[in-house]
Amino acid sequence: MDLYEGLPEPVAKAWERGLTSGRAAMTRRRLLRGASLAAAGAALAACGIPPAAGSKSGDAPEDTPDHSKKERVLNFANWPLYIDVGKKNKKRHPTLDRFERRSGIEVEYVEDINDNNEFYGKIKPQLAAGQDTGRDLVCLSDWMAGRVIRQGWAQRLDPANLTHAVTNLEDRFRAAAHDPGRQYSYPWAGTACIVAYNKKATKGKKVTSVTQLLEDESLKGRISMLTEMTDTIGLTMLDMGADSEHFTDDEFDAAIARIQKAVDRKQLRRFSGNDYLDELNSGDIAACLAWAGDIVQLRLDNEDIEFAVPDRGYLFGTDDLLVPAKARHRANAEALIDYYYRPEVAAELAAYVNYICPVTGAKAEMEKIDKDLAADLLVFPDADMIAKGKNFRPMSAAEEARYQEKFSALIGA
Amino acid sequence: MTAAAPPSGLSGPAGAGRQPGSTDGGAPDGAEGAPRRRGLTPYWLLAPAGLWLAVFFVAPLFYQASTSVQSGSLEEGFRVTWQFSHYTDALATYGEHFLRSFGYAATATVLCLLIGYPLAYMIAFRAGRWRNVVLVMVIAPFFTSFLIRTLAWKTILSDGGPVVRALHSLHVLDVTSALGLTGDDRLLATPLAVVCGLTYNFLPFMVLPLYSSLERIDTSLQEAARDLYATPATAFRKVTFPLSLPGVVAGTLLTFIPASGDYINAQLLGSPNEQMVGNAIQKQFLNVLDYPTAAAMSFLLMALILIIVSVYMRKAGTEELV
Repeated sequence: MDLYEGLPEPVAKAWERGLTSGRAAMTRRRLLRGASLAAAGAALAACGIPPAAGSKSGDAPEDTPDHSKKERVLNFANWPLYIDVGKKNKKRHPTLDRFERRSGIEVEYVEDINDNNEFYGKIKPQLAAGQDTGRDLVCLSDWMAGRVIRQGWAQRLDPANLTHAVTNLEDRFRAAAHDPGRQYSYPWAGTACIVAYNKKATKGKKVTSVTQLLEDESLKGRISMLTEMTDTIGLTMLDMGADSEHFTDDEFDAAIARIQKAVDRKQLRRFSGNDYLDELNSGDIAACLAWAGDIVQLRLDNEDIEFAVPDRGYLFGTDDLLVPAKARHRANAEALIDYYYRPEVAAELAAYVNYICPVTGAKAEMEKIDKDLAADLLVFPDADMIAKGKNFRPMSAAEEARYQEKFSALIGA
Repeated sequence: MTAAAPPSGLSGPAGAGRQPGSTDGGAPDGAEGAPRRRGLTPYWLLAPAGLWLAVFFVAPLFYQASTSVQSGSLEEGFRVTWQFSHYTDALATYGEHFLRSFGYAATATVLCLLIGYPLAYMIAFRAGRWRNVVLVMVIAPFFTSFLIRTLAWKTILSDGGPVVRALHSLHVLDVTSALGLTGDDRLLATPLAVVCGLTYNFLPFMVLPLYSSLERIDTSLQEAARDLYATPATAFRKVTFPLSLPGVVAGTLLTFIPASGDYINAQLLGSPNEQMVGNAIQKQFLNVLDYPTAAAMSFLLMALILIIVSVYMRKAGTEELV
């Protein structure tokens, strides 16, 4: 069995000596260990994650086989509390029920998106592997929708199936920088990031700007900003006089540095996701960056909650519906998008979620439901309000990585 | 608990594998196949756990090791380039987070020991017929999710809440503020809140091993010490405490290790100035999408914990855990 078997006697003896004694002794164990290390190294090197952008096959409608005709189902992933609920049964969604009855499509509605990044982390492995994520329609914030589209992981929508959506989408939503001409995505709702405060906690003091959030001594340790980079940095840049739609690296860095200074002074209590509402409600957070729709809802329960649209503008964005690559029921998804672009349905939805409604004609419908809401500038903004809303400009992949890295370091990790 | 297993059980398949030789001599049939089959039994018994470990521990660890030396981006893909600089970069950038994590975890572990030891002692020696009730009370929090329990602390410790008001009127907050543990008359979003959260969440992991090791102490040994004129304090110091050391070591490890990697407490009860290394890894993975750095940081965390634990084990000098 030994390596030197079959050699002439003296040579074999020399081999044996050389291999079994002295510093160079190569015992079988050591040989095996060396071999296994080398094998492990080779196997390590064989791992890797394939590039995302290569898979362009998923984007053309005709490329992904659509099973909508045979399978009258639709898996729809959305954010919590982002759809109307029944008056008696909170588990029912009246607009969705009506869609099911009309179209005969059974909708599996799941509220499993709590955070853009987390959800992306969840579906990315399947998308990267070219597999169906099990979701036919997902709702992502515009910058994340932009990333998914950029990576070729969204299916192109067929305008022929979207007659209402094509006609009723308000003009200002059409030229979206992350999806020009709305080929891949349609807005579910518009979002506005503004400043909100609890009047009781601030002892009646008004909080109207990011400057005040970051610098007012009386708010020390009682303000929060959002973990969404585009909102927090965008609004801070606007406050500093930069344009969030055309900013430079330096302006981005200046915004980071400014917030960092406030963090170091312990002005900020924390960076929060959707969960800032509880603390704003209780007064632990006196003032914060907030999403307008949340505030409209919270104000119904707590009259101490006030909001302010900063003079220098607010950050405007959309949460977009899109069909992930390889999803089986694109036509069913298109039917649902189109349904929600009927003005009467859109008004019913907006009456519950209180976010900016992207559908032309919904305001007139809303007047029949709730006159106050129809006049609410946070749901149906007027020209002046629209002009104050600024987007966060789209980023290239490299830029996004760089900005996220800096922002992550800022928010404490 | 593994308390019931005899110490020899730890020697595993090697020890068990040798046994057939000694027992088989006396076997009447003495067939050739029998010892071999017996010899394989321990391996079959190990197979489920081994398989589980291979699939859910070794394979992910291996994948993680590979990821930590890759470079690239999500768009271009990641390739193994043996880039070990992720490790040094992570340590340079997040050294503070590592230190903070170990500091908080160590403080929480000490607090758990200080709170848990008297409790475990009471359950083991003084609880009488209440023993089971108290034990259930120790375990009861596990019936609720970790996340919910931590969220509950946010309400309990909130700025306008009774706890903060009471501590404020007792001037306790002035003391803790002077020590730099709190600030601005609040508990939430301070280091103190994070450490308290960790202590609360991991206390049962300290109490249970302590209890199981105290409970096995033969009380006649304590009586003997008293008979030999030891004061209660001396008897505790020289008899009870040394005999409970395996429980102390097991408890501290079960508390310290998960507490170092925890990120829920820092996220919910801390401010941006209290984030731990777990938070940093999460952000690297989910927000920055820098998988190699996240993997390298996870490895660093594991390695550092391993070093700390082995130094501690050597100092504690307990060969036999539990």
